[in-house]
Amino acid sequence: MSDYGFYLWGSYAVTFVLLFVEIIFLMKRKREAKA
Amino acid sequence: MSGPFAAILARDLRLAARRRADALLPIAFFTVAISLFPLGVGPEPQTLRQIAPGVVWVAALLAAMLSVTQLYAGDLADGSLEQMLVASGPGTLDKLGLVLAKAAAHWLVTGLPLVIVAPLFGLMFDMRGEAIASLALTLALGTPVLSLLGGLGAALTLGLRSGAALLILLIVPLCIPALIFGAGAVAAIDAGQSARGHYSLLGAFLIFTALVAPPATAAALRIATE
Amino acid sequence: MSSSSFRLFQFAAPARFYGLAGALIPWCWAAFAVLAAIGLWMGLFVAPTDATQGDAYRIIFIHVPAAWMSMLLYLVMAFWAAIGWAFNARLASMTARAIAPTGAMFTFLALWTGALWGRPTWGTWWVWDARLTSELILLFLYAGFLSLVSAIDDPRRADRAGALLAIVGAVNIPIIHYSVVWWNTLHQGASVSVTKGASMQSQMLAAMLLMALAFWMYSIAVTLVRVRCIIREREG
Repeated sequence: MSDYGFYLWGSYAVTFVLLFVEIIFLMKRKREAKA
Repeated sequence: MSGPFAAILARDLRLAARRRADALLPIAFFTVAISLFPLGVGPEPQTLRQIAPGVVWVAALLAAMLSVTQLYAGDLADGSLEQMLVASGPGTLDKLGLVLAKAAAHWLVTGLPLVIVAPLFGLMFDMRGEAIASLALTLALGTPVLSLLGGLGAALTLGLRSGAALLILLIVPLCIPALIFGAGAVAAIDAGQSARGHYSLLGAFLIFTALVAPPATAAALRIATE
Repeated sequence: MSSSSFRLFQFAAPARFYGLAGALIPWCWAAFAVLAAIGLWMGLFVAPTDATQGDAYRIIFIHVPAAWMSMLLYLVMAFWAAIGWAFNARLASMTARAIAPTGAMFTFLALWTGALWGRPTWGTWWVWDARLTSELILLFLYAGFLSLVSAIDDPRRADRAGALLAIVGAVNIPIIHYSVVWWNTLHQGASVSVTKGASMQSQMLAAMLLMALAFWMYSIAVTLVRVRCIIREREG
């Protein structure tokens, strides 16, 4: 459990990445919808 | 309502009898799928005995799902589905006779043979007598569930290109309780414990499915053909 | 019907809703940012170290809110899909379809963080406990909905078929969950649970609730943006 850091920060990192990716895809869809 | 039910059931059984090879395909798939597991896992009898209930049940589930894609598709292609729907009446519940007849036909052609053939695989997996009996009983209770839910999937995906894979994705999660209670009952019997709870839950799930799936299937047919 | 409810029904028209949604979106983003900042600060710095799990338990501030959202969003999605089907309301159906991808994302996040939590605390990357297994099945339900609506070309047929599937799924979720719990308690070998072992203290609970609210604001913001996209795509 001493190297929990990888798992803890990995979790928060995955969260930010997923939210970020979803927003990116959404922005792309928004741009295409307005075109 | 018994008029169209009997007529459609008889018609489907006659069609299945004419294309006997097609009707036997699910059994063939069932056999092949089950036989793969010892090849993948190893022939050790103890292991096989342990995984047997799950393996047989999963193979039954997949065989049912693969065979159910054609449930309405053939009638859609030659226009008879349209006729049957119009003839039954305008309301959703008028179509229950058609839905139940289709599910019953599917079970008689696919589910019942699985129930009859399954004990052979029980022997191949070195299962005890009581466990084999339990396997047949749980499949007898569970395969109607698969036919009913499969019919819902077939109606939802009517005419779509994606075919069996989409149907499996949609319907298999809904079948999971049957899988858990059914395979669990056999495992319990094999371990010498009582499976009464499993049987009760499986029976209850069958009743629930029999009440909910047909109206939902009728609604799905309306959605797909309007 | 009072005049205020009549005014509200005006927004059931997609064109009208478009403007309303556009006005709401910035506020939702702002609320998300604030709630997430406070929630993260509380979770990472204020909440005390757990007696049994040390600091590894802090994954809970993502895992549990994500799991809550995954289930809440499915129910909300099924609700709007049902409204869209029953009242032939296009906007409600569009809203349901806008929610689905985000719900699936949170389900995946709950599973991923569940695995990352399981590894340091229980030694395995995956634990077939009732909670995680149910989340996995929920992911299949989302995948089924998304696959079905994208496989149907006619938008209204897709809306209605999706609504039926979502309702059937929502009705089955308690049954599936119960059967998974039953299954889990029988096989004692897998009696470990990722969520047990961390006793809740008030600051932990507060941080979890704040993160849940933050995710909720995020979901609303993203859903509104997506609904606007769908309105543009379908109605021009």
